[in-house]
Amino acid sequence: MTEISQNRAPRRFRFERHASTLLLLAAIALYVILLLALGQARFLTLDNLVAILGRSITLCITAIGQTFAILVASIDLSVASVISAAAVVTSVMMNGDPAMMVPAIAAVLALGAAIGLVNGLVITKLEVNPLIATLGMSLIIQGVLSYYYNNFAGNVPVEFQIFAYGAWGIVPYSLLFMFALAGLAWFVLRFTRFGSDIYSVGGNKDAARLAGIKTARVVIGAHVICSLCAAIAGIYLASRLRSGAPWIGAEGVYDLESIAVVVIGGTVLAGGRGGIWGTMAGVIIFSLIDSIFNVAGVDAFVKQVLRGIIIVAAVAFYAARSQRPVA
Amino acid sequence: MTEQSLPRPETRKRRLPQINPVYVLVVALILAIIVMNPAFGEPTGYMNFLKRVAALAILSAGALYVIVSGGFDLSVGSIMTLTVIGSSMLASNDPNSTYWIIPLMLGIGLVIGLVNGLVVSYLKVPSLIATLGMMITLNGVAFMWSGGAPRGYLPDTFRFFGRYNITDVPLIGILPIAVICLVVFGAILWWGMHRTNFGRMLHAVGDNPQAARLAGVPVQRVRISAFVVSALTAVLAGIILGGRAGVSVNIGSGFELQAITAAVIGGAQLLGGRGSVPAAIAGALALEAIFTLLNLLGLAQPVRLVVQGLILIGAVAFATYQRKRAGR
Amino acid sequence: MIEAPVFEMQAISKSFPGVRALHEVSFACGKGEVHALCGENGAGKSTLIKILSGVYRPDSGAVLIDGTEQHFGHPQEALLAGISVIYQEFSLLPERSVAQNLFLGREPLRNGLIDNGAMIAETRRVLELFGVRHGIAPETLVADLDVASQQMVEIAKAISLNAKVIVMDEPTAALNEAECDVLFALVDRLRASGTAIVYITHRMREVARIADRVTVLKDGEVTARFDQVPAPEMIVRAMVGRDISEYYPEPATPDEIGADILTVSGGANHAVHDIDLTLRAGEIVGFAGLQGAGRTALAMALFGALPFTAGRVTIDGRPLDIRTPRDAIRAGIGMLPGDRKASGLVLMQSVRDNGMLTARSFARLLGGNGANRFIDLSGMDALLDRMRVRAPSYEQEMRFLSGGNQQKAIVARWLALKPKVLIFIEPTRGIDVDAKASIYHLMRDLARAGTAVMMVSSDLPEILGASDRILVMRDGRIVGEFGRSASEAELMLAATGEAAGVAA
Repeated sequence: MTEISQNRAPRRFRFERHASTLLLLAAIALYVILLLALGQARFLTLDNLVAILGRSITLCITAIGQTFAILVASIDLSVASVISAAAVVTSVMMNGDPAMMVPAIAAVLALGAAIGLVNGLVITKLEVNPLIATLGMSLIIQGVLSYYYNNFAGNVPVEFQIFAYGAWGIVPYSLLFMFALAGLAWFVLRFTRFGSDIYSVGGNKDAARLAGIKTARVVIGAHVICSLCAAIAGIYLASRLRSGAPWIGAEGVYDLESIAVVVIGGTVLAGGRGGIWGTMAGVIIFSLIDSIFNVAGVDAFVKQVLRGIIIVAAVAFYAARSQRPVA
Repeated sequence: MTEQSLPRPETRKRRLPQINPVYVLVVALILAIIVMNPAFGEPTGYMNFLKRVAALAILSAGALYVIVSGGFDLSVGSIMTLTVIGSSMLASNDPNSTYWIIPLMLGIGLVIGLVNGLVVSYLKVPSLIATLGMMITLNGVAFMWSGGAPRGYLPDTFRFFGRYNITDVPLIGILPIAVICLVVFGAILWWGMHRTNFGRMLHAVGDNPQAARLAGVPVQRVRISAFVVSALTAVLAGIILGGRAGVSVNIGSGFELQAITAAVIGGAQLLGGRGSVPAAIAGALALEAIFTLLNLLGLAQPVRLVVQGLILIGAVAFATYQRKRAGR
Repeated sequence: MIEAPVFEMQAISKSFPGVRALHEVSFACGKGEVHALCGENGAGKSTLIKILSGVYRPDSGAVLIDGTEQHFGHPQEALLAGISVIYQEFSLLPERSVAQNLFLGREPLRNGLIDNGAMIAETRRVLELFGVRHGIAPETLVADLDVASQQMVEIAKAISLNAKVIVMDEPTAALNEAECDVLFALVDRLRASGTAIVYITHRMREVARIADRVTVLKDGEVTARFDQVPAPEMIVRAMVGRDISEYYPEPATPDEIGADILTVSGGANHAVHDIDLTLRAGEIVGFAGLQGAGRTALAMALFGALPFTAGRVTIDGRPLDIRTPRDAIRAGIGMLPGDRKASGLVLMQSVRDNGMLTARSFARLLGGNGANRFIDLSGMDALLDRMRVRAPSYEQEMRFLSGGNQQKAIVARWLALKPKVLIFIEPTRGIDVDAKASIYHLMRDLARAGTAVMMVSSDLPEILGASDRILVMRDGRIVGEFGRSASEAELMLAATGEAAGVAA
């Protein structure tokens, strides 16, 4: 019974759509000002920019996948363990042997897809809350992983380390890969029916179902993509660290950070709105904040404390505007 | 359709009371353990078990408050860690320090609970994200405080709660203080949830926040109070855990999910409205019993995590299935 | 009768537990015809439409499309068969563009990828059919459009699905005069192109402007069919007019009506305007009006759930600022919401706990069942007895009780606080006949005990039978005041805007 029509477009809406861009510009400005103020202008180089972006590749790849999950009004808290698992399996399977590179990558990708499939099925068929489903999955993965390994295991052959360390001119391959992946994700969301369905299911599940869209399949697909991206991130990390250990995912707090980055980028937790470029903006903002801390000489532990606060503040900033609670 | 006119019952019809399956589960598990390790049936055996589980049981009872109100509190594990590390850093071995450290820690817990509650109620951040963020922040604070390597250790007066046993008790041999704490705090938490106006309001808020609001319940205040209770119980659990296990940098890690699992095993409904303190405590006992069984079977530590994950998903899926069958 | 109707519903009957929604209703529409469907809230219009669009299945009767009988298992089947319904709550995705909404789930593909160009071109073509002057661009996000344009998009969607039948449910509810004209022009165009249109409305002027035929439903049955649009009074009379049964208690005598308890002057917020009213002790005031008229909004404003932003409220002569339900409760106002399950009951709690909820909220936090300044909480059982709430025990969970008993338990909740004002919204909705009578008596007893009772109801006989005084609302304003001796037709005319209310 609608007493008042709910569809008047409120003026505030405009702000939200551009919030991520504004925040990005603010962060850039802050960074530049800080560098100038501290007399560290020498850091304003392209090299440094590349370095800043490079620190966030793992997070960015993970966040690309998380974007899909959040767009369909779901969420994935298992990404950190998937990253750990992927890194370890990559490193162990390759074990320094270049011939094993392709099979290892194939196996890890298959593993990522399988985990995403299970997450999606538990959420859609068993109707378990996505928070619990993915938290539970995270425990299971962590358990299985820790059962076999408790330290760095295996190692990544030099040939594969090129992924993390090689460069084309001053631009690292990994950065190129990251942009390529982002571009691919954007393309899927924009130009395929699956991408369109993701927005539809996230925006209004009932309208989507009425229009004939198979909502369960879309949600499962989103989770498969999310876990695949986490697996890719793990593979990259293995290349970077030259090996893999069961704790690296949790250590990097990739679960919460990927969510925060997606939310800062303008994708709403309730689903249906947002996109890859917003997420990329979010990643860059985070990177800049990190760099600001580094330049300002902030202690590593303090950084962690501030990180937690910033993440919550970011979500609060956007949540306080939307109306739908997500628990 | 005429209404059935039942006479106003002066005496209630006594039907067989429905027993929460968790109690059956606990009994079954304990029996299984005794079969595998008869020493468990001795007073020392089960008293030590209760001593081991006391921290988790109290924690679960407190976490239940937030769950019943419809939220999640993932920061409790880090509160435990902070309590232990903070206490050890402040105590620097002075036995008298316990008397001001414990109240201080409780005060800190109160503030943490308030912040959690305020962020969830007024900033409208989903409780999962807010408390996850708090968890990261607190872990960071613990790290900062101890510089990564905790110094000092907890004085005996502090460890009294977690470690000391009263000996020469008739019938049961030893009576750990931790078990006494469990009984006392368990009773207090039970009373708070099931015998006070606050507890009833808590259930209402979790079941139907809109109806609660229109009935005049101060919804925000109730939610914030739930987070405060949860944080305070986490401090208590931390004191007991620190007493028993000593100081280590990751001591509280993982307890938040164990507490939620315990509550769910005990039949609590995850988006609020239903839950029982005794059942949550029983759930903690069941969980710890499962872990004990795994140990006895020679399965390594990580298997715990797998089992826990499976239980968490399974319990929630089962509860959803049951609710759908009952047509709710 | 028309030859070859586009759709025909024959002798449709449909019942839900406890209520007979439709009884042997026949309804048809031909090509290029605008058929108005009129009736009060609850007459069965939306059930009829839901059967046509495949949301419900009829218990008996047949639905024929172009002469062939259909059994829709899923609303999508009806859509594919050419039946489109435009509801008041749009099913648009606000974050997607007009074109994307139009082609939801069936985006045109080229080489496996979405053909944006084709989508936009086709959308533009459809929009042009409207001759829409304020130019809706296919790329605009729906959220950036005003309501009228959004409605256009809904209609465009129906057209692009090649709808043979378009059902419009109160389409002008949120439109201004100019926007209405645009809509009517569109309807004319659709009619000219052969679409069958079912137009649900209570605004007689619109019926006169665009309808070809009119069918009136009342209490689930067809009470009138007009092959030409008749005078509005004829339609209204067909919509109302029942025997008021004998089970209403005696109204208040003049000396039973006491002092002014609650007054509002100039009350307004985003939903209601210029509210001036007085509630007196001992008096039951009924609020009539159609859905969307603002009655519930007014009740929520008085209760502090959706507060007034302007105007003055006084209780017992003292001005009060009521910003939250707790303020209202402290001032002595109570409210029983219309949707018990969503807003009134805590289903998993016991009857007793539901009853005590409000009292507890103002009692000592850590108190138990003892006494507090409102009531001795242990007296709740006695209150429930007095209400004659039937349940195996008061420990029973609320969700197992029948509607009538649930309602009584909520009344007990408020009685515990001895309210000065008690607001009932749809007091007998979902309650069977026998229990209704006891609710009316309850309200009268409350009034006699000195409470000012406000009753919002969509059931005209109920309003006339149970109230001492009746206020009619329309478009967020109070447009008329009547006495008990008014007729349903008079009330309905005031509610639909056909006549100004006469002071009783």
